Amino acid sequence: MTDSSENQTEPAAKAGKAAKAGKADKAAKAEKAVKAEKAAKGSEAAQPAAAGAAGPPTAFLEVRDLKVHFPTDDGIVKSVDGLTFSLEKGKTLGVVGESGSGKSVTSLAVMGLHRASRQQRSKVRMSGEIWLDGKELVGADPDEVRRLRGREMAMIFQDPLSALHPFYTVGQQIVEAYRVHHDVDKKTARKRAVEMLDRVGIPQPDKRVDDHPHQFSGGMRQRAMIAMALVNNPELLIADEPTTALDVTVQAQILDLIRDLQKEFGSAVIIITHDLGVVAELADDLLVMYGGRCIERGPAAEVFSAPQHPYTWGLLGSMPRIDRDQTDRLIPVKGSPPSLINVPSGCAFNPRCPYADVPKDDVTRTVRPELRQVAGGHFSACHMTQEERERIWTEEIAPRL
Amino acid sequence: MARGHRRRIPVFSYIIRRLISAVILLLIVSAVTFGIFFLLPKLAGQTTDQLAQQYIGKAPTPADIAAVKKNLGLDKPVYEQYWDFLKGIFVGVDYKFGPEAARCNVPCFGYSFKTHIEVWPEIQSRLPVTMSLAFGAAVVWLVSGISTGVISALRPGSIFDRLSMGVALAGVSLPMFFTGALALALFTYQWPIFERSDYIPLFENPFLWARTLVLPWVTLAFLYSALYARLTRAGMMETLGEDYIRTARAKGLHERKVVVRHGLRAALTPIITVFGMDLGLLLGGALITEQVFSLQGVGAFAVQAITDNDLPKVLGVTLLAAFFIVLCNLVVDVLYAAVDPRVRLS
Amino acid sequence: MTETTDDESKKIPPQQAAGKTAAEGPKDGPDGSGTPRQPAGDAEPLLRVRGLVRHFPITKGLLKRQVGAVQAVDGIDFDVRPGETLGVVGESGCGKSTMGRLITRLDEPTGGAIEFEGTDITHLSTGKLRPMRRDIQMIFQDPYGSLNPRHTIGGIVSTPFRLQGVEPEGGVKKEVQRLLELVGLSPEHYNRYPHEFSGGQRQRIGIARALALKPKLVVADEPVSALDVSIQAQVVNLMDDLQDELGLTYVIIAHDLSVIRHVSDRIAVMYLGKIVELGDRQSLYGAPMHPYTKALMSAVPVPDPKRRTDRDRILLKGDVPSPINPPSGCRFRTRCWKATEECATTEPPLVALRTGHQVACHHPELKPGESAVPAGAKAAGKAATDG
Repeated sequence: MTDSSENQTEPAAKAGKAAKAGKADKAAKAEKAVKAEKAAKGSEAAQPAAAGAAGPPTAFLEVRDLKVHFPTDDGIVKSVDGLTFSLEKGKTLGVVGESGSGKSVTSLAVMGLHRASRQQRSKVRMSGEIWLDGKELVGADPDEVRRLRGREMAMIFQDPLSALHPFYTVGQQIVEAYRVHHDVDKKTARKRAVEMLDRVGIPQPDKRVDDHPHQFSGGMRQRAMIAMALVNNPELLIADEPTTALDVTVQAQILDLIRDLQKEFGSAVIIITHDLGVVAELADDLLVMYGGRCIERGPAAEVFSAPQHPYTWGLLGSMPRIDRDQTDRLIPVKGSPPSLINVPSGCAFNPRCPYADVPKDDVTRTVRPELRQVAGGHFSACHMTQEERERIWTEEIAPRL
Repeated sequence: MARGHRRRIPVFSYIIRRLISAVILLLIVSAVTFGIFFLLPKLAGQTTDQLAQQYIGKAPTPADIAAVKKNLGLDKPVYEQYWDFLKGIFVGVDYKFGPEAARCNVPCFGYSFKTHIEVWPEIQSRLPVTMSLAFGAAVVWLVSGISTGVISALRPGSIFDRLSMGVALAGVSLPMFFTGALALALFTYQWPIFERSDYIPLFENPFLWARTLVLPWVTLAFLYSALYARLTRAGMMETLGEDYIRTARAKGLHERKVVVRHGLRAALTPIITVFGMDLGLLLGGALITEQVFSLQGVGAFAVQAITDNDLPKVLGVTLLAAFFIVLCNLVVDVLYAAVDPRVRLS
Repeated sequence: MTETTDDESKKIPPQQAAGKTAAEGPKDGPDGSGTPRQPAGDAEPLLRVRGLVRHFPITKGLLKRQVGAVQAVDGIDFDVRPGETLGVVGESGCGKSTMGRLITRLDEPTGGAIEFEGTDITHLSTGKLRPMRRDIQMIFQDPYGSLNPRHTIGGIVSTPFRLQGVEPEGGVKKEVQRLLELVGLSPEHYNRYPHEFSGGQRQRIGIARALALKPKLVVADEPVSALDVSIQAQVVNLMDDLQDELGLTYVIIAHDLSVIRHVSDRIAVMYLGKIVELGDRQSLYGAPMHPYTKALMSAVPVPDPKRRTDRDRILLKGDVPSPINPPSGCRFRTRCWKATEECATTEPPLVALRTGHQVACHHPELKPGESAVPAGAKAAGKAATDG
């Protein structure tokens, strides 16, 4: 893993100013927004040249300084603002964060789903690099990325009822996914669909293949979704809150299934969730996001046993735990997640951080902390010294969890 | 996992159920219409004598009036009159009034005593005109409206989108008699591309049939395609934001397939409903269009009947319109069930 | 953890730590947080529910003849004691939300009885319910949908005063501002609109509204499940503080077992319209007796990657059956690894097998020395009615 480098591209900043001016002058708002959009298009074209400084990576998936910005009338929404990570085949990366932390936007960016249609392309500004198996995706032709989608990389979504088309049978949808990338007749594809449904544990798959999604239960639908994602043996599977809409007992089944399938297919898995419990079940590595940036990442065992960022402490203190003694009170994080249009200066977490004044000279409010190595593969973006953090964790936080 | 409520109701039984409710609905509509048309004069203070007088010549004797009243059943309570009317549809009615007599053949949807004609054959002769107008215009507005809507939805804010939505706004707000008159002025009088002529049946000469109808089609479709373009655009925009569209893209489907197979199909279902209503209404007579282009369709017939205060004709046309609306709604329901599998259950 | 490992079936002890608490429980008495509000066991219940039933009829055809019913709530008994928090957990479709709507009388029961402070409110008309509405309030899950976007915060929180025709001391505005402060919002928010607030703040507004009339009982349906993790804790702590401060009684309905354990004194576990287990937190989480409770607890993902390997979990097969056609006998038997013939024929009654701990199971998980038969018919009967 490399550290995120800081080279904000100029056109982006200009477009930002245009959008701000538009906000000030309401009459000219629409016009300026159009200008901002045009500026955005210009910058999109310019970026692939700016990127690509470091050359192809060795890891299976490598994301370098990824930025995903959405210009709006109110300003630029910086959903992802400089994110770097890598993932090897056979490994699972857990991405944790609250709503608006940029975790889902990241996954859609890897899938190229911010640039799938012309309309989407006009609304997003992306920079940085995404390397999948030696191919760079941010600067690639959208049609090329499309051909990778579903074959090399696949995705499972949060709510399987709305993620499956209500008018087509489960079988038709899986067959479609298979035939996009395989030139086979419908009968062969159908056989494959039944086989996949069977593999993900749907009883009587040869009958259920002709059912519509609304005839499935929630857990069965998520299984069907997984079958559809895995039908082309993708090397990268992204699961975006795959169990959030499900009951606890069904969640356990689905997590179990994902774990089994990963063992069987040896693919790389990214699991995105707000639930630290779910990540702990599956992930080898953990990446904690806040305000569009990674604030801590490292091997899951280390991040859970010795977290190095006050936000991670906050997350752990906020959730009641069934595996520990009953605590008197939870330790919540004060305030709410930041607006992605007006991310606080300095450390994005500073207004909510109880330790914001520990580092001297108000540095937390003026300088954005970069990810720094703690030990081995464990990184944290915090202005406090490692000694300070370790002391606070062992003396103040850990005993109260 | 066996699930108890997963019983599937076959489409066939669904259609039967819809059919039965359609028939019931028609009966209710006809009863209400009948009631209104035959009670209104009474409410306005007309006696049955005065009513009967309308059916006879100038100076009727009291005996004539009594005879007519008896023959037409004007003294009977309204539900009996309604029953007679229903019976007439299946067996026909013989009328005797004064010196004259008339036979209203099966299906008897009323007899105009003013003009001495049976209502049904008259309507029947005019139906092809109205149907040609309605179906032709429907094809034009479906094709133009939906395609405009889809392209607009795919490129919101583009020049095409703004232009077409501007035109659509004009289409919705300009009255038909204005656009119709304008079309006539331009393409019949200024540049005589489409000469004015009477309706020519389709099977007589398809080319001439189409040529006479092009202007009415376009005029009528202008209004509707505007509506449909806006509807389609809104529906498409909403559908394209759905999760299953994202799933379709995540499969690696070509964007064109995503839009057509996954987006359009879902976006069009609400349009089916609106279309059923619109077509049903139009089949009952396109009043203004027929007037503007002097087409002798059901609409023109209705306008004439209202002007003449010829109640049997008005009743006949009203029932026909109601029939078409109910029929179209039935078709819509069945189509809906075919398109959206979730409807079949319930 | 010896009490459960001797079980011959293929599953595992519940989490070590939870077990430890339970082991300590009897020695130390109720733990710290529970102590101040732990009510006396035989106090007159605030709310008494007996044989509560709610079936939603399913009709078919033109004539709307009834062909079946969704048995959302199908005969449940419980008491809520003054000052306590009763937690209700279960998976979707278990009827917990319906139960919440029934005890607040937002919905009318099909059968059974609900007594609030000794008054039967089961079938009271809307008019007669009005005075009672001051005493029972509800907090909803969705902080976005439950606030009218066109009303100001002041208007929303003062609605209960207007509906009840109450003029609080010092005027409505002053009282609303006091309430806003009470739930951790600024009194200056009085004239703002809901869209200006975050999810957590909206939930606070919902709580302020519920507390306006100083209710005795607050029923909260999934009060934190729509909120971000860091915000959840704020709201949970707030509700905790308010209970201490105002002496509130809570019924908290949630699917999250960790949250329920944190907030509740006693917990009812529901499955397909029935209460399958009801007990004190210590006893229920420490040594659950119903196989379903055990499976639920083992399914909760725990934020500790080390645990992944050294703990087995009970993986239930399949999904919850339809509440239209629930299984005969014990409703859990179709997914239960202990099910026998008896389970299919006889419905197990909810009986007290430990003090303050009832379970409805033919084959309960027992600690060594416990008996599957209630100590005596009399004792069991008493325990059942006392809760």
